[in-house]
Amino acid sequence: MTLAEATRKVPVIVRRVGGERAFRRRLMELGLVPGTEVVVEKVAPLGDPLELSLRGCRLSIRRAEAGAVDVEPIRACDDAADELLLAAE
Amino acid sequence: MRAAVEARERTKVPPEAKRATVTAERRALVALVGNPNTGKTTLFNALTGERARVGNYPGVTVERRVGRLRLRPGRDAPALAREIDVLDLPGTYSLSARSAEEQIALAGVLGLSGHPAPDLAVVVVDAGQLLRNLYLVLQLCELEVPLVVALNMIDEVAGGEPDVASLAEWLGAPVVATNARDGVGIEALRRAVAEALVAPHAPAPAFSVPYAAALRRDVEALRPFVLPLLSAAQPPASARATPAARDRGVPDVESDSRVQSPVSPAELGAQAGSEAAPVGRAGALALWALGSVDRDDELVDIDPTLRARALELQARAHADGRDVDAEIIATRYELLDAEVPRLFARTAEPGAAEQPTDARSAARAQTEKEDATTATGDAAPPARRRSLPLLGARQAPPPASEKRRALTDRIDRVVLHPVVGFVVFVALMLLMFQALFSWSAPLVSLIEDAFGWLGAQTRAALPAGFVSDLLVQGVIGGVGNVLVFLPQIILLFLFISVLEDSGYMARAAYLMDRVMRALGLHGRAFVPMLSGCACAVPAILATRTMERQRDRLLTMLVVPLMTCSARLPVYTLLIAALFPAGAVLGFLPVQGLLMVAMYLFSTLVALGAAAVLRRTVVKGESVPLLLELPPYRLPTARSVVRQVKERALVFLKEAGTVILACTVALWVLLSYPKPATPEPVGPPEAVAAWQAERLEHSIAGRLGKGIEPAIAPLGFDWKIGVGLVGAFAAREVFVSTMGVVYGVGGDDEEVEPLREKIKADVRPDGQPKYTPLVGLSLMVFFALACQCMSTLAVVRRETKTWKWPAFLFAYTGVLAYVASLLVYQLGRLFGLAG
Repeated sequence: MTLAEATRKVPVIVRRVGGERAFRRRLMELGLVPGTEVVVEKVAPLGDPLELSLRGCRLSIRRAEAGAVDVEPIRACDDAADELLLAAE
Repeated sequence: MRAAVEARERTKVPPEAKRATVTAERRALVALVGNPNTGKTTLFNALTGERARVGNYPGVTVERRVGRLRLRPGRDAPALAREIDVLDLPGTYSLSARSAEEQIALAGVLGLSGHPAPDLAVVVVDAGQLLRNLYLVLQLCELEVPLVVALNMIDEVAGGEPDVASLAEWLGAPVVATNARDGVGIEALRRAVAEALVAPHAPAPAFSVPYAAALRRDVEALRPFVLPLLSAAQPPASARATPAARDRGVPDVESDSRVQSPVSPAELGAQAGSEAAPVGRAGALALWALGSVDRDDELVDIDPTLRARALELQARAHADGRDVDAEIIATRYELLDAEVPRLFARTAEPGAAEQPTDARSAARAQTEKEDATTATGDAAPPARRRSLPLLGARQAPPPASEKRRALTDRIDRVVLHPVVGFVVFVALMLLMFQALFSWSAPLVSLIEDAFGWLGAQTRAALPAGFVSDLLVQGVIGGVGNVLVFLPQIILLFLFISVLEDSGYMARAAYLMDRVMRALGLHGRAFVPMLSGCACAVPAILATRTMERQRDRLLTMLVVPLMTCSARLPVYTLLIAALFPAGAVLGFLPVQGLLMVAMYLFSTLVALGAAAVLRRTVVKGESVPLLLELPPYRLPTARSVVRQVKERALVFLKEAGTVILACTVALWVLLSYPKPATPEPVGPPEAVAAWQAERLEHSIAGRLGKGIEPAIAPLGFDWKIGVGLVGAFAAREVFVSTMGVVYGVGGDDEEVEPLREKIKADVRPDGQPKYTPLVGLSLMVFFALACQCMSTLAVVRRETKTWKWPAFLFAYTGVLAYVASLLVYQLGRLFGLAG
């Protein structure tokens, strides 16, 4: 799944950031590195661009570029594993 | 390990060296760096007292602001009495770059490519976005740039602020909590800067980024090629000024290693191959080159061998299935994700925000306290770096920033609403346009009246003759021509600063991106384009809200095509004189329709020109949109006033002089040589006739006659030619120049007699000279030609070269000529009366 296809308001995890080199570099430098949790907060009224929330800040990128970012949903079992980890500590 | 110890050692500067630097009377340079939206400029103003010298960086048209920070002897630092230059570098998220513009950040902190090297960098960090902001700080640490960290907007994270002492310890650099808006922590920052300047030294961070072995090998392979770059770097101003310390053989370990040898002690450690040692200054630069150099980058001053080697290493890594960019960036973020939460662990001590924390003593204390496991900065991910399930998942945000976010979300629900959002946008733009178009009018006439009065007084006081004419028509008229733009510039920048500072401008770009992208323009080009409907001069000044030179240039080149208010008197005159007052279809007034058509025509041509220029003259790939939507903040009157003042002064100083010179030149063209007969004293008709004769006799008159064969195919005669020359001062001057040509005086309030004269003028064959077709052709010419010296002067000021105004003048001129030619010739072909 790509970030462009992610459901609004549902957190997903970045797997791979693709796209034009300078742009993907800037995206990653803004914290969108693999493993980061990101939420598509809003879609602009005309359908593009998207408003993302990551690491507590709001960014806007277009659908075309979001389409080059691979994401995956946070699965329920991950959450369970986290809780176990925390409990173990 | 050895490297870390050595790095620590360097921080202990012998007292002799200290004294040597202190006594230097050379002004030190402090560079201000930081992410966008961190309040960097506010901090700059707080430090320098808002007096900035505005200029440009070498080679690029990015504005460079330098201010002066006065240190108070005895208070800020003992025995230190001097002024410091503070340079406000452009806001950036990272030092990596793909264009010369983005490269300024790196060049500015290191002193490369002709930039002066700062003695110290003050890095402004948004306390509410600590982790992301530390990415840049981390790069600066790696490059061993002497640092003072300003942890700004500390008020916004009240209740959840990071621990200043821990941060200082971790970074190995002084940290001061500030709130630049309210002036909190500025004194402490000033002291910290003064103290750090006594003996600037590289930070001694308690971490080093655990880059993978393969990446480290790439860095080593590239290291020899960046060394020349480092030795070419300029030593800091104050270091240049104090050879005394070195001459006396003072073991100033720090400045020696920074200035004389590009290889730092950390470098030696890295070369020794210890796995998690810091990469060192040259290593960091090698990383920069690996991450920035690209086959089609637009970087400057990159040595061809370095470039070739970097590309080769990238290609090899790619062949091995590695992703160098991701390796560099993700490793840094891994470190930040693991370590930064720890910095929030301790609660801030009361009053800590006001105290600059001395990193050296903190670091020293730490070294004494703990032994060399994690604290020596031997970066291996410390034990507590458990695998976080999610990177970037935030810990509980502080209540203050949570409140701000909630407020921002509430505002955004309205402002970005599919319907209401556009209503708000249109309302704001209408308000802005109304201000530019109507509210400025009384101020403009006030200025015109004042200069008219001043001219009359001067004329009365001086004997008639050359000096009086020069003063009144050239100088006073010229200054008036300049000042007359001020009301619109001030109003427009009032709006822009409020919209920018509040955070709305980013939202407007977000809303309009879809539309503007379809038009091939930057999202922020909307404001300049709309402003262009009032006047191109403030509109061109407004292009600087766009970061990239290419976007600015494209907008500057098409804004002059929009129908500005100075064209209206010309259209009004021509439409009223030459077109019937009747109606089409019984209810649509012909004259009104024509006016609307002119607006539509110019907008369409502007958009068409943008589409063509984007693919030809200002070619280059379009950069994808990447917009930060910062939380809403209340703009401060102070910041708004400062921005307006700065823009207005820059306009007066740099564009104003050109406009003044052009006015004088035009006055000469229109007045000399004089006819033999002296100006008659008597009935106004006689004076008007004499003026008409003088104009015909003048250079401009001859010019008009000279170009008549060229403009005849457009339907224009020499009188219109003279009018076009005069209109170069400002388009509406066409009306008064025509008034003089027709001997009805140059009063542009009284156009009735001129209208009659125009209607009545006939060609030798008895046919009326001005037909609707000629009027249309002339209006098309006015719509397209950028015959406005003020616009050209501002474009020169903004692009810093005559090349672009010349191009603008030429392309719009050709466009206008061809379009008018087509209108006139096709019109005649279709049987309209020429």
